[in-house]
Amino acid sequence: MDNVMLTINQKRNLQGWALFAPAAFLLIAFTHYPTVATFFKSLFSNNSIIRPSRFTGFESYQNLLNDPIFWKVFTNNMWLALGTIPTSIGLAIVMALIVNKAIPGRSFLRIAYFTPTMLPMIAVANIWLFFYAPGIGLLDQIAEIFGIESHNWLGSTSTVLPAIMVMTVWKEAGFFMIFYLAGLQTISPELGEAAELEGSSRWNYFWRVQFPLLLPTTLFVLINAFLNSFKLVDHLFVLTKGGPDNASNLILYYIYETAFSFLDISYASALTVFLLFLLAITALAQFYFVDKRVHYR
Amino acid sequence: MSPNLPKKITFTYSLELIGAYFLAAFWILPLIYAFWAAFHTGEYATRFDIFAPLTLANFREALDQAPFLQYAINTFSVIAFLLPLQLLVSTLAAYAFARFSFVGSNVAFSLVLVQLMITPEILIVQNYGTLAKIGMIDTIAGIGLPYIASAFCIFLLRQTFKSIPKELEDAAQLEGCSLMGILWRVYVPLAMPTYIAFSLVSVSHHWNNFLWPLIVTNSVETRPLTVGLGVFGAPESGVDWSIVSAATLMSVAPLLIAFLLFQRQFVQSFMQAGIK
Repeated sequence: MDNVMLTINQKRNLQGWALFAPAAFLLIAFTHYPTVATFFKSLFSNNSIIRPSRFTGFESYQNLLNDPIFWKVFTNNMWLALGTIPTSIGLAIVMALIVNKAIPGRSFLRIAYFTPTMLPMIAVANIWLFFYAPGIGLLDQIAEIFGIESHNWLGSTSTVLPAIMVMTVWKEAGFFMIFYLAGLQTISPELGEAAELEGSSRWNYFWRVQFPLLLPTTLFVLINAFLNSFKLVDHLFVLTKGGPDNASNLILYYIYETAFSFLDISYASALTVFLLFLLAITALAQFYFVDKRVHYR
Repeated sequence: MSPNLPKKITFTYSLELIGAYFLAAFWILPLIYAFWAAFHTGEYATRFDIFAPLTLANFREALDQAPFLQYAINTFSVIAFLLPLQLLVSTLAAYAFARFSFVGSNVAFSLVLVQLMITPEILIVQNYGTLAKIGMIDTIAGIGLPYIASAFCIFLLRQTFKSIPKELEDAAQLEGCSLMGILWRVYVPLAMPTYIAFSLVSVSHHWNNFLWPLIVTNSVETRPLTVGLGVFGAPESGVDWSIVSAATLMSVAPLLIAFLLFQRQFVQSFMQAGIK
């Protein structure tokens, strides 16, 4: 009897691994192996015909710490996250509250808020590029009405990042709205009715009931928006190419430039490891602070 | 908020309505503008005149300057290649994680979840090297390859499969159903909503994906719409606004039209995928 049980178990084991094998192979090939390989590449100098690759240890990381452009793109990423995520979340909550109610034109409103999510960042950048164009752009035309001077929004170091932030908020808010809509639908309508009977104001009801109940959603969106903010660089290819003077450059775009324009694989690998490190910290934060309280898994 | 709260039209209620519509107007303004510029001649791109003559010349011009039809076929090919494989590979893996507590399955599952954080676009440098080594640069399959095993899809399907009563599987087994038979006849049909939800999210994602396709493609025969549009719309190429707008609209039209037609399903799919 024991023997039979064992073979059944072994069979289940084998079957389980066989089913998982194709996915495992692909995940290892395109996620785990490259993660490890990137780290090793960052420890070696570039391989060229005249000078073969040699072990340089943490030299690339030394270079990274001394690279003003690295610090620039890193702070840009942080400012972008700070400038877009709270605003997007605030707007997303407002949108979700609007669309969650039975108001006239509800599906039109939902379409309007959600549409930017369906557009590729490249197309979004093409459209917004025109808004920001100096002189003829929409923004300058509006500014002209109020007698404000023409301004090269994307061409000046002081306005380029805020300009990109506005566009990013526009692109992302509708996407986050979805999570809040899902969150709102889990709140029992009886709570709203009770609040109404108690004569509680809508404002009060939102802050005392809805907002606290949506806190898990907010934490989830917050972390994922932060992770996302490092991956979103497509628009730079059209809008600014990271310029002027790296004022709008971001880590992932800098990695792309370093690897595919400057062909410095060793340094690009070190930058990638840094980015992976950032993402890992964020994911750990999610694990410790969020997953304990949110059951989205 | 309870749906029947605003019973009477009060001042604040109408203010809220106005606010809601104002926000919506602001949100679709950029798209409306793109439509305006695309259907009018260049001289009207920067000034508004309700009687300005409509034209399709910009679309013709854009099609003359770049093979957008070919790009669309390429994008479509990527999705046609990728999505079925994503679903197949993830279904098998999800079944393993949901119903086979095989040795090391917990560790294996955590290693799968790593991909939720480290998506293929982060690893462009190394993955480009891998693709070059196996000679798949500038191929449709190369664009899709790193995305076939999707942690997100495995995760969603595992959740769904776990919620399916084990008794159904036992019954099918008694009827003499094979392992693959059980998966195909019991699990897959019952998980249909998840398949649809993931498919819509995946199609939207890959229709719009840019960075990785940009890196692995370098010819008209493989370049998807987003990359074609990126090459086309680059400021230094010096094309005018109306034509860029027309090209942009053509690139987003298929997905946008699909979204407008099935907006409820799209929104619900994103919601379902998001809360799992």
